[in-house]
Formats: sequence, C-alpha cells, structure tokens
Amino acid sequence: MSATSSQELEQAPPRMSSRLEGELMEVSLGPQHPSTHGVFRMNVALEGEIVRKLKPVFGYLHRNHEQIGESAGYLQAMPYTDRLDYFCSMTNNWAYALSVEKLAGIEVPERAEYLRIILAELTRLQNHTSLLGFLLSDMGAWGTPLMYAFREREKILDLFESLSGARMMCDYMRFGGCRVDANDDWIAGAKKIVDLFPKFLDEFEDLILQNEIVIARTQHVGKLSPELAISAGITGPMLRASGVNYDIRKIDKYGFYPRFKFRVPLGDHGDTYDRLMMRALEMRESLSILQQAFAQIQPGPVMNPKVKIRAFKPPVGEAYGRIEAPKGELGFYLISDGSANPYRYRVRPPSFINLTILEDMCLGHTVADVMVILGSIDIVMGEVDR
Amino acid sequence: MGDEIDEGLRSELQRQGIWVTSMQELYNWGRKNSIWPLQFGLACCAIEMIATAASRYDIARFGAEVFRPSPRQADLMIVAGTVTKKMAPQIVRLYNQMPDPKYVIAMGACAISGGPFKQGYNVLKGIDRYIPVDVYIPGCPPRPEALLHAFMELQRKIDNQKLSGPNKSDHLDREHPSEYPVPAFGKHDLVPRANPDVFRPPQIERV
Repeated sequence: MSATSSQELEQAPPRMSSRLEGELMEVSLGPQHPSTHGVFRMNVALEGEIVRKLKPVFGYLHRNHEQIGESAGYLQAMPYTDRLDYFCSMTNNWAYALSVEKLAGIEVPERAEYLRIILAELTRLQNHTSLLGFLLSDMGAWGTPLMYAFREREKILDLFESLSGARMMCDYMRFGGCRVDANDDWIAGAKKIVDLFPKFLDEFEDLILQNEIVIARTQHVGKLSPELAISAGITGPMLRASGVNYDIRKIDKYGFYPRFKFRVPLGDHGDTYDRLMMRALEMRESLSILQQAFAQIQPGPVMNPKVKIRAFKPPVGEAYGRIEAPKGELGFYLISDGSANPYRYRVRPPSFINLTILEDMCLGHTVADVMVILGSIDIVMGEVDR
Repeated sequence: MGDEIDEGLRSELQRQGIWVTSMQELYNWGRKNSIWPLQFGLACCAIEMIATAASRYDIARFGAEVFRPSPRQADLMIVAGTVTKKMAPQIVRLYNQMPDPKYVIAMGACAISGGPFKQGYNVLKGIDRYIPVDVYIPGCPPRPEALLHAFMELQRKIDNQKLSGPNKSDHLDREHPSEYPVPAFGKHDLVPRANPDVFRPPQIERV
C-alpha cells in the first residue's frame, strides 16, 4: 500500500527538536478556523511546534436534535435526521427508518430495499469524494482537488434532487419503504453516472495518491493501533484502516447486502495515508455494489401499504437499528411507550465517537499535522454536537 | 463628487471616444466586483456555500471567490447555518473585527429565524438580533443559485450607495457604530437577549 520499505515503517514519527524545551504555550484553534470542518475548537498546548496536549471543545452546533426527536412524532423526526450528517442524508434516513422498522416489526418491499442500497452507496461515493477534496485542501492543495471532487458530487446530487426534490436534505425514506418510486429514466441516469465514475476515480487517484507531498504529509502521521481503535469504539473506514475487519454491512446483514458480492478493504499501518487510501478503495467497492444493484432491481411497490406513517404508534418496546454509514456505525436507539412520539430517542453518531481518539493520534505531531489528522477522521459537526 | 452625470452629455462624449465617470461610480464598481467573503461556515448551509464556490456554480464570476480566513481581510460575512447560543458571541466578535464597509448575508432559515431548530433551547432565533443583516436568503438550505442571487442583490445595494450628501452610506457616517456589543452568557439565556439598536421586530397590533 505504501511506497516505503517495511523497515522504515517501524520507526517512530519524526521528532522535531524544540528550543522551548519544556515550556508550553496554549493555543485555541477554532471555532472559526478554515480547517476545523465546522465549528469545532481545540485547545492545544504546544512545545515549540509539537502538540503536547489537546483538549477538544464541543457544543458550538448543539441543536437539540434528540430533544426534538422526543417531542416530535416518529414521522416528524425524519427530516431532522437529514440535518445530522448533512453530507449523507440518505444513510441517516435509512438508519432511522431501520430502527423504527425493528421497533414495529415492519416489512420493506424488495424494490425499496434495492433503492435504499443504491442511494446509500451513491451517498458513500459523494461523501468520500468530497472528503478527499477537503483533506487535500487542508494539506495546502487549495482548490484543484476540491473542484474535481465537487464536480462529481454535483452529478450525484442531481440524482438525489430528481428523485427526492432536494439536493442535500432528501427526506426520502419512510418506515416501510421509500417515499416515491424511481422511474426507468432515473435508473438509467444513475447507471450512466456510475459507469463514468471509475474514469474520474482513476484520474483522481493519479492526481493525489502517488503525489510525493501527500505521501510525506500523511505516511506515519496520526497512527492508530488496532487495540486502541477497538477499545475506543472507533468504527467505519477509520477502524478498517487500522486493519480490523469490521463492516456492519457484512456483520449485521441488514437490507439486501448479503445478496451482493463485495470486499472489505483493510489497511496495514493505521496512519493517515491508509485512511485516505481506504476511502478510495471503498469507492471502488461501492461502484461494484451499484452495478450489481442495477442488474438485480425489479419493478414493484416501494412502500408497504399496511403502514400508516401518519399518526404512527409503534407497540411498547425498544430497538436499536444500525447501518454502515460512510463515516462509521450510525445507530438510532428508540424506546417506545406506545404513544405517538418516542420516550427516548438516542443517536449513536460515528463522527463524535471517532473524534474522541483525536488527542491520542495528535500527540507528538506538529500543529500542521493536527489539521491533516482531523481531516482524515471525517467529522461533520452537525452529527458530533447534534 | 456624488452628483449624477447628465446621461445625454455622457452618451454624447462616449460617441466622441471619451468615457466619463464619477468618483462614486468608479469606487462602487470596484467594490461590488471584489467582495471578499469571510471563510466561515456554521452548519449545513456552509456546504452549499462551498458548492457555490466550487466548480459548477463558480462564485468567481462575481469576483467573490477569495474566501478570507481572517476577518481583518473580509468585506462580507455569510452567516451560513444554525447560530447557537454558544456560537453567537463569537459571530458578533468576528463581525466587530471586520473593517468597514462590511456586509452580512443571513443564509438559510436558521440564520434568519432559527428555522427548523427554533424550538430548541440552544438555538438563537436569528442573527439579526445582534448584527445588522443586508440580505436574507430563505431555504433549508438555500440552493447555490439563491446565494448567487443574494450576491447580485448585494452588488446592487453597493452600487447604489452614496459617498456624500444626506443619504450617504452608513460606513462613511462617523456617528454610525461599526461595532456592536458582544452578548454574554447569562443564567438562562444570552444577555442581552437582543440588541435594541439593531433588532426592531415589527409590532403586532391585535384588534
């Protein structure tokens, strides 16, 4: 995976000598900072340029999501889930719909399951592309990679818009299926975009992944050991970059994922380069899933007619539904007391839990590396603060 | 300096190959075509702001692609997203740090009024409670085209600003404040809850 020999990989990250030996300076990074991916603040104690302590400060985007979910009804909470991780509204919808379906024991029609997989994998494509663009612009490749990434993202957003009516806040899925059906033109358009996507991916990988500066900035930076990753509850591409084979699509077998053939890419070193590479490899697998889904999808209903989504009252009980969102394990935990709104509504956001390990990865690195490590975690503040 | 040029005379001179303009027109023409926004995103709308700056919508056509990370170099603040009570003091502070003349676009339902999160205990019900807003864009989030429309409206506003006379622009008026007090965290809410110099909600008359 990397261009350097295995002997070099065993070495510790390069340590810079500092004239301010032992003297710490506190710097507050954020909440208004171009590289903090939203309103996130880090109080960093620096020795020279080396990070010795890092304290994250959250809550600048706390929007009472869980409280709103508990006071609104089951259906009314669906548009709010769009605004959790605002890059991936489709997967948020799916995770919430999955929990409610578990809670009330609702069956989903076959076509709806295929549509969900198609939309979730398209979401993964656009999330990973824009992440690579943002990460590169954090490293100083200001503009060019982000422009390429957003060119491809806009094509996928066009698909979302023609299906659901909104570019970002799709509010497309319902418990018991999907809101509207996709016609044949939409499927053909989506297939065309997916067919052309590998060409862009080849070009993009040529542009960035062999780049000398990218390799120098990312290899051996922000290493995360598999033991630490597991004990901190890290999920998603970040965990797999450390070499732990854990993909909820394979483990939980939700939706129709068992019907698809795809591989789970794994990293060797758990550094930033592996996390970057992981996204590129996952996009290839998503493309293969999408091609299989286009071949398998059959006409049929997209909504279970027995479900009354308005004034929806599930039986008393609790349920936890989780999916493999582009950023990691996204779960919704619902407790129902039989009334029209949940008694407890809890979100298990992947970004927030992946962010907790930030200090361990950053210690001993320079300030400039902190931005790259933070970028490789792939956080969205709407999901972190909720 | 601020007086209008006679249109007939101007076109007559133009026919002779002489281009006549006033200081005010030249100054405003330069300002409106190089609005530098502050690179500052809050929530979902920030992604649409980035999309506006990226390849398809290309805000560079309006001379506004130079997103500045420092408020000292920015002309325009795009309040893109939900303003929480924890973030509101920082936004007012950033506004105070910007040099005059400065403009504010409230992008999206949250920045205008709190939007879908208005019922929340931690969400500010509109940034216009603390700083003056020039253009409001509705939407959740507004499309990039809507942000471009807001830019064009702002350019029109800048074009019509006067440099002298009784109606001269606010930033040239020494009496007009350029900084506003930063709210503090109180026991239950931000103190003060709104700045009365800026926030004048319409009085509702009940019959």
